[in-house]
Amino acid sequence: MMGWFGATLPEASSHAVRVDLLAAAFSALTVVLTLPVFVLILVFAIRYRRGKAVNREHAPDRNIWLEVSWSVIPFVLILGFFIFSARIFFDLHRPSPSALSINVVARQWMWKFQHPGGQREINELHLPADQPVSLTMASQDVIHSLYVPALRLKQDVVPGQYATLSFTATRPGIYHLHCAEYCGSDHAVMGGRLIVMAPRDYAAWLGHADRATTPAAAGAKLYRQLGCSACHAQGSSVPAPSLAGISGRRVRLTDGSTPIADRQYLHDAILYPNRHVVAGYRPVMPVYARLIDEEQTTALIAWIEAMKEERR
Amino acid sequence: MNASGEGLHDAPREVDPPRRTPAEASSYIADGYSLRSWFVTTDHKRVAVLYLVSITAFFFIGACAAALIRLELLTPAGDLLTNEGYNRAFTLHGVVMIWFFLIPSIPNVFGNFLLPLMIGARDLAFPRLNLLSWYIYVFAGLFTLYVLLTGGVDTGWTFYTPLSSTYANGHVMAALTAVFIVGWSSILTGINFIVTVHKLRAPGMTWGRLPLFVWAHYATALILVLATPVLTITLILIALERLLGIGIFDPSLGGDPLLFQHLFWFYSHPAVYIMVLPALGVVSELVAAAARKKIFGYWFVAYSSIAIAVIGFFVWGHHMFVSGQSMYASTIFSFLSLLVAVPSAIKVYNWTATLYKGSIALNAAFLFAMGFIGLFVLGGLSGLMLAMLAIDVHVHDTYFVVAHFHYIMVGGAVTAFLGAVHFWWPKMFGRMYNETWGRISAALIFLGFNLTFFPQFLLGYLGMPRRYHVYPPEFQALHVLSSSGAFILGLGYGLPLIYLFYSLRHGDPAEPNPWGATGLEWTVPSPPPTHNFEEVPRVENEPYDYALRHDESIG
Repeated sequence: MMGWFGATLPEASSHAVRVDLLAAAFSALTVVLTLPVFVLILVFAIRYRRGKAVNREHAPDRNIWLEVSWSVIPFVLILGFFIFSARIFFDLHRPSPSALSINVVARQWMWKFQHPGGQREINELHLPADQPVSLTMASQDVIHSLYVPALRLKQDVVPGQYATLSFTATRPGIYHLHCAEYCGSDHAVMGGRLIVMAPRDYAAWLGHADRATTPAAAGAKLYRQLGCSACHAQGSSVPAPSLAGISGRRVRLTDGSTPIADRQYLHDAILYPNRHVVAGYRPVMPVYARLIDEEQTTALIAWIEAMKEERR
Repeated sequence: MNASGEGLHDAPREVDPPRRTPAEASSYIADGYSLRSWFVTTDHKRVAVLYLVSITAFFFIGACAAALIRLELLTPAGDLLTNEGYNRAFTLHGVVMIWFFLIPSIPNVFGNFLLPLMIGARDLAFPRLNLLSWYIYVFAGLFTLYVLLTGGVDTGWTFYTPLSSTYANGHVMAALTAVFIVGWSSILTGINFIVTVHKLRAPGMTWGRLPLFVWAHYATALILVLATPVLTITLILIALERLLGIGIFDPSLGGDPLLFQHLFWFYSHPAVYIMVLPALGVVSELVAAAARKKIFGYWFVAYSSIAIAVIGFFVWGHHMFVSGQSMYASTIFSFLSLLVAVPSAIKVYNWTATLYKGSIALNAAFLFAMGFIGLFVLGGLSGLMLAMLAIDVHVHDTYFVVAHFHYIMVGGAVTAFLGAVHFWWPKMFGRMYNETWGRISAALIFLGFNLTFFPQFLLGYLGMPRRYHVYPPEFQALHVLSSSGAFILGLGYGLPLIYLFYSLRHGDPAEPNPWGATGLEWTVPSPPPTHNFEEVPRVENEPYDYALRHDESIG
């Protein structure tokens, strides 16, 4: 728990504890590096003030070794902190495979969250403690940034690109959740609460929460409504690549490249199909970018991913 | 002058100072008093005065926006301004302060005035280009004010896409046009300085004899010429996207919003050094003159300016650690950002060493220089914290960043600007100001500044996002501290305006060299004559060749 002048900031994860430790240790180093400067300036300004009779003979005007040492030694000390800090940063980008996957859509000016079971909430996010969580975030309009100070974490959400944020909250409680990237008129009020609960309470909350259909079921419905199946179903008259089991596989494109069909690939293939055309097919799919929003796209991707599981 | 070089001007006067001294009668100021004589001048000294007047005006316009912001932040609710009104206030504050005050402040006032005098030249290499750059600056400035006040722009000074393109409210395109125009003023100034330093040095003024102020301005000019065109290109690309629908930054047109951030910071990070390097040059002069001593490690200080300018071009990615940039790229940018600390630290340690065994005058200019060192050190070290990846993920886009860059750009650049004003005022206008009031305002500004911005470090670390006027109530105490500091700071900035103006008419006449400083600018009368030097000076001494023995020394 950090706090000054009535404001406090809890440490809601082990990552938060590490960041606070790093910041405190580095602040201590800055004191060590600067205190001599401030003290010496004061001492010299008083001792050598004009008009005071004092020994000023043999004043040095250069000293290579002294200058090299006060350039190099602080830098080496700082490098130690750089390595410590980079390791913490790298750990953030190593998501746990068993993570609870939450879909997030940001738009002017709200945060929409959807749990794997289909439970939706706006500007509030309920999560279980001690459970790795992975947020997959998309933006409907401009750049937003999900910021939870208690977790010492933030991640920008750039339109057109999925962003992920992985963490494990360890301490149940209610924490601020903000938009940190300036996003227009109501930026300052685009936020809400992160509610970390004991796993048992979270399970109970899921039972009470407003439950829509699961993302995959919603995607299956859209898949028929939008007419995707007319071409992508096996044996259809218009040739289109089959989607069953495509998720996570390598795809060969007309330009010869073979990207992995991850969420970002599927997102772009639905919204901007002509950007990458699968080898052996013609670019005949309509552009869906102006027809469906990020939530619907996420649902479709969930359905395509589910098709993979069905085939197994 | 007396032995201590101070106290002289505080004594009650028996006789009023003369209306016009002989030096003034033959100075550049006496060249003409009509408006026309100022508006068509090509004299670098007069152009510098034109800049001094116009940047001061823009500073107070930007300060009014800051006052609105600090008033609004006294309470956690958004009660003084609407959401839109607050966004417009901080956009106006940022745009005006950065492009119309900070970037032109020291280079265009003191660089213009002093560069030719310091290297023994008659004028800058291209006097007409110099006047043109002022006209471009003023035109762009007035245009910006018109746009910001009538149409309103709420994108922040960073103009991130697609907020500034597809989703823009207000007159964003017009504001971008104004920034595009003012860029040309920077480019012309940069070219002028580079050519002047290369071609117009007096006989004997070798590179190793250049004042450190000139080294710093040379490094600044390199950045002005190399970085500003990138901003110009970026703004043209936005215009192409808006007007012709060519997809560059907008994802729905196939563009990449992050490309804008890369291009923007490739200019805007070096732009920070455009604001800070001249300040570093000023402080090197102030410290040496106050201590009456050769600067410690001349070459380390000179080359550190060039090193800052060069490394400054390779650190822009540290603004994008949480943007979705590759984590390997972020790690490299983090390392390079820490590297900039080395030349910056060299300067601070060398200034401190310069004071050792000096003969230090505790006058207003020196107090401003010392204030600069304190604030610059805090700003620089908080910059190192921001360069640490794990810390930045937490404090990026919070008040920690706001505090950091105000320490560098206000605590640093503005304090050094005021130090320069107090140091060279007698040279520019031939009159001494009241030393006591100078010291009081230096102290007020140092205290007010720290009270305003130090609480913002705490706010930021506790998780207060920037650009929020509605905030969690627990942050109110720190915000009230910060706003009351801003009030003191405002007083500190207002004071010099009064006693400096007063000195123009009532101040004692300044001698050619009131501080007993070295440098060619102190060999000519105060204020200097139109032609600067009676005859071309020959430089035979090393820079800062203060006497090795002081009268009051013992031992």
